[in-house]
Amino acid sequence: MTKPVLEVRGLSKRFGALVVSDGIDLSLRAGEIHAVIGPNGAGKTTLIAEICGGLAPDAGSVHLNGRDVTGLPIRARAKMGLARTFQISALAMEDTVLQNALLGALGAAGRPWRFFRPVLSDRSLRVVAEAALDRVGLSHKAAARTAELSHGERRQLEVAVALTLTPTAFVMDEPMAGLGTEGGARMTALLGTLKHEAPILLVEHDMDAVFALADRISVLAGGRVIASGPPDAIRADAAVREAYLGDEA
Amino acid sequence: MTRESFVNLALLTALVAVPLWAWVAGEPFTITLATRAVIFALAAVGLNLALGLGGMVSFGHAVFFGLGGYSMGILAHHAQNFLPLYDGLIVIEGTKSMPVIWLVAIVVSALAALLIGLLSLRTSGVYFIMITLAFGQMFYYFAISWRAYGGEDGLSIWVRNDFPGLNTLAPIQFYGLCFALLLAALWLSARIARSSFGLVLNAARQVPGRVETVGLDGQRAKLVAFVISGAITGLAGALFADLNRFVSPTMFSWHMSGELIVFIILGGAARLFGPVAGAVLFVAMEHVLGDLWDHWHILLGALLLVIVLFARGGLIGLLAGKARNHD
Repeated sequence: MTKPVLEVRGLSKRFGALVVSDGIDLSLRAGEIHAVIGPNGAGKTTLIAEICGGLAPDAGSVHLNGRDVTGLPIRARAKMGLARTFQISALAMEDTVLQNALLGALGAAGRPWRFFRPVLSDRSLRVVAEAALDRVGLSHKAAARTAELSHGERRQLEVAVALTLTPTAFVMDEPMAGLGTEGGARMTALLGTLKHEAPILLVEHDMDAVFALADRISVLAGGRVIASGPPDAIRADAAVREAYLGDEA
Repeated sequence: MTRESFVNLALLTALVAVPLWAWVAGEPFTITLATRAVIFALAAVGLNLALGLGGMVSFGHAVFFGLGGYSMGILAHHAQNFLPLYDGLIVIEGTKSMPVIWLVAIVVSALAALLIGLLSLRTSGVYFIMITLAFGQMFYYFAISWRAYGGEDGLSIWVRNDFPGLNTLAPIQFYGLCFALLLAALWLSARIARSSFGLVLNAARQVPGRVETVGLDGQRAKLVAFVISGAITGLAGALFADLNRFVSPTMFSWHMSGELIVFIILGGAARLFGPVAGAVLFVAMEHVLGDLWDHWHILLGALLLVIVLFARGGLIGLLAGKARNHD
């Protein structure tokens, strides 16, 4: 078995009496999509925050490419290629689509302290940004104001910004949220190809997408991983059915 | 050419043509008014870097305006009285040289902005407004109690300071200097807005969380913008003191901070020429309406209300339509 790109060991976090992460172990290996599912309040958002650096765990550790990043801030993890997408699009709405992608390229290149040269004339940044837009199918909208994009296009742009970081791993928070059938299918196809560039930790509510895409699924409930394995095993797991899937599966 | 750049150009043309006409027609007071407008515009261009681009609503920019003013006042005061500024191991003399005074004003304001920014940027929103206001009041009361430099009465400077090769006492020449500095500040702002740094700052205002997740430091970008902003407003303060040949604690007062914000709202926030349009409109109203009625601020208040309610883009927005993205 190959060494995991992203690994979470014994992650625990409590807010007062509420245990939101209870000894979570997770790994993400090269080339895979590892989906994390679970009912509302299962601790998925907390888990993402702990992995990406927004929230410090009480115990446990996060490793990226074998390096312990538990104490590092969001910025440092991003620089190591941990590319996160947001559940609610976090985009600069007044800026153009290209400018949003350029921001990611700028972060990856690590040279924000240029005060005079127009950022749009920076060839090397534009190449990265335009390639990312092209990859998600937004090239034709590069000059559009982000506020004018449809919801689905904003979700695509979220992924494009993550792509500009030349990721070592993606952490995606409900990329399917609010997408219709067609948009969902497009996103599913996109994620299916992206996983070969960098593995994806996918937190998602859309069960169709999860079972279509995931190589492995972990089920979170009450801050604990109650089941983990390939999709078929999860579908058959009695505890999972009770906790989450109900009669749906 | 977009409609906005046409409006901007018209504004610049007026700022050249009106003082020139006043010079030819022998109306020095009009030139003084124009100088006042241009200096206010410069101060507000400084503030707009923090407020418009960085989203930092500073209610304490009078600190930098005042520090610029006192930099000029103290240096010139020592020079005109032939008193050394510092007499110890080395002797530091005052100066009447504008370039030196400007440099001191810029450095002092930038340092103050760094300290104030470091503390204030730990907060945001209303708290940021309040903490910057608090700093403003601290400086105001300090200036009032600083007897050595006139306390409440301020400092009078007998003769305007010198600029190599110019007769700064000729209104049109001093105006030319101030106008050139305004142009330089506008050029700098325009460059910054389009630069890498501007992109980060712009995003830090709109989506702070995003900036961090692509590995950038939005807070530091804001701090740097705050420092540049303070330095420009400080330079304007030095010019303002030179225009009046007088500095007093009122330059530090919260009214001044408020007026700078008013210029930006009148003219249009985050528009390159917004602060210029706002300052010109303000000085024109102050002069025309102020002559007619002592309580002209009531009309200014009503105008502000109308703009905030119906014309968010301010004067520039009204004339030039919706903001276009700079690309």
